[in-house]
Amino acid sequence: MEQATEKKSRFGMLIDLDRCTGCGACMISCAVENNIAPAEQKATTRTGVTWIRVSAMSNGAEFPATDTVYVPMPCQQCEKDTPCVAVCPQNAVDVDPQTGIVGQVPQRCLGCRYCMTACPYHARYFDWWDPRWPEGMEQTLNPDVAPRMRGVAEKCNFCHGRLHAARTKAAAEGRTDIAPADYVPACVEACPAHAIVFGDLNDAESEVARGAAHPHSFRFLVKLGTESKVYYRSERAWVRDNADAFRLA
Amino acid sequence: MDKQLIPRGLRRTSFTNFLMWLVPWVLMLGVGLYAIYLCLAEGLFHTNMDNRFAFGLWIYLDLTVIALGAGAFFTGFLLYILRRDELKSVINSAVVVGLICYSGAVAVLMVDVGQPLRAWFTFWHPNTHSMLTEVTFCLTVYLTVLLIEYLPIVLKNRKLRQIPRFMVFEFQLHKIMPVLAGVGTFLSFFHQGSLGGLYGVLQGRPFAYREALGIWPSTFFLFVLSAAAVGPSFVLLITWLVQRISRKQLVKPEVFRFLGKVSGILLIVYILLKAIDTLIWMNYTSPESGFAAYMFYHAGSFGTWILVLELVVLGLVPAVLLVTPKMRARPGVLVGAALAACCGIVVNRFVMTVQTLALPTLPFDAVLSYSPSWEEIATFLAVVAYGVLLYSLSYRYMTLFPQERDLYQSSWR
Repeated sequence: MEQATEKKSRFGMLIDLDRCTGCGACMISCAVENNIAPAEQKATTRTGVTWIRVSAMSNGAEFPATDTVYVPMPCQQCEKDTPCVAVCPQNAVDVDPQTGIVGQVPQRCLGCRYCMTACPYHARYFDWWDPRWPEGMEQTLNPDVAPRMRGVAEKCNFCHGRLHAARTKAAAEGRTDIAPADYVPACVEACPAHAIVFGDLNDAESEVARGAAHPHSFRFLVKLGTESKVYYRSERAWVRDNADAFRLA
Repeated sequence: MDKQLIPRGLRRTSFTNFLMWLVPWVLMLGVGLYAIYLCLAEGLFHTNMDNRFAFGLWIYLDLTVIALGAGAFFTGFLLYILRRDELKSVINSAVVVGLICYSGAVAVLMVDVGQPLRAWFTFWHPNTHSMLTEVTFCLTVYLTVLLIEYLPIVLKNRKLRQIPRFMVFEFQLHKIMPVLAGVGTFLSFFHQGSLGGLYGVLQGRPFAYREALGIWPSTFFLFVLSAAAVGPSFVLLITWLVQRISRKQLVKPEVFRFLGKVSGILLIVYILLKAIDTLIWMNYTSPESGFAAYMFYHAGSFGTWILVLELVVLGLVPAVLLVTPKMRARPGVLVGAALAACCGIVVNRFVMTVQTLALPTLPFDAVLSYSPSWEEIATFLAVVAYGVLLYSLSYRYMTLFPQERDLYQSSWR
């Protein structure tokens, strides 16, 4: 339903790979913010849930030319033919036309994992276990975010709980639009290197829109035509040159 | 009681022998049911699937058995719509095999999804753009059609026929068989295709993504054609296998040859179109999405050999053998070629499901490996065991091969 009181936004992100140190603070803050249960003992890097994941990418050159970059990868919030939306058999994934955010409805999810197969960025995760918190730790749960049950897919939604909070605040103050400073995802806030910038790509003056237009900004797998809204930036040409496909060892 | 249930004029092994035959399959089913219980009650962490290999053995085998189970719809189509009456001798068996394949696949799917109790959501708020919705719709309806087609076979049982109402019902069902065969063909066309479309639409997986013809990717049509092509081969193989195990002649040799011929002709057309499709993908679709096709065959252990194996060794070769009258006249060649054709589809479904997921997309990713857990294997073996049990019971107590009695009596004379 069209909401006349709010302007249309296209929330996006810009991650400066030259600033990222690979510390993982974004992953931790994301897990805490979004009520991601502590990993089970048997969980591996391939079965654990991390809405944003930091991977290392090397240029493969011999010392002293060796260079490594760390790539934090949340859901890329694809805009065109969003791969996970079209495939979901029961409409559990949608793109909010008001914000451009790709949302997941865990209560409706069948757990078929077709969306995970469709996602080229591997940004979707499955709850292989029941979510469990050690006794007492459930006190730390964020009341703005519903924890997910076992057997469903989940992923980054740009901290939707924070968007709701910002909207509530705006409404309480008699505003129809949220203030940009009120809606900042947890990873953006936690990054000690200020490597992640977030904002409305429709607002040409925003830091994220200006940064995304920079010639050293790029997106991963851009030729797939998914029009993702998470941009990356690096001054190093080899990083940008390798963004379109996997590399042969 | 057992003797009274066996169709008149047919030889069957003793009841004790029959029970001995069932025991290992029942055990296999039992182990599988325990594995299914673990997955349903405790969670899918019992499998070796993960966030990257989100589809595993189960989806691969579902796609495979559904392709092989196409013999049911295609034999029905040839018999009831195209009036190839010689197929009357195998239609009952084909229906049972189809029923086993489809019900088994649906059962495994219900374990595979994380929230099986929400399966009805697909009917309540379906996403009509999703290939999986089409698959779910068609599978459910077609499984119902198969059950209705199976019903007259059961009702024809010697004891059940004594109930007049059943006999009338069975007669009425027989009259609508051509309608059911038509409906079955229509539904099969769509879900076999949608299973291919499932991967063909994956724009984010350039190894699987294919150009669209209308609203469907080319894999839609290739899957329909390949399933129709190997369906008769699988019916042939199963019939041959039952003949070997029961040491009886069940159908006349010309039926085998006809099934082989149909399979061969369709296989030739399929291989031709598949080759064209592969060339278009290699030279156009894949490079356009940023991935040179050769990369896929240089990553990991999936070299071009798998392409040659699928299209030539297990595709073109059996197809040529099956269409050559001299070759298919030799029983060994006929059965061998049918087996090779079925294996070709097994490889094709493997490539589409497993290889697609193993291949990376992002520059910092490597080729992934995956091996199923014992729970995944046991669950699948439970379906095999269920299939053998249902087929064995049907074979013993129902008339799966109408020519059997005549063939037996003529050999006796």
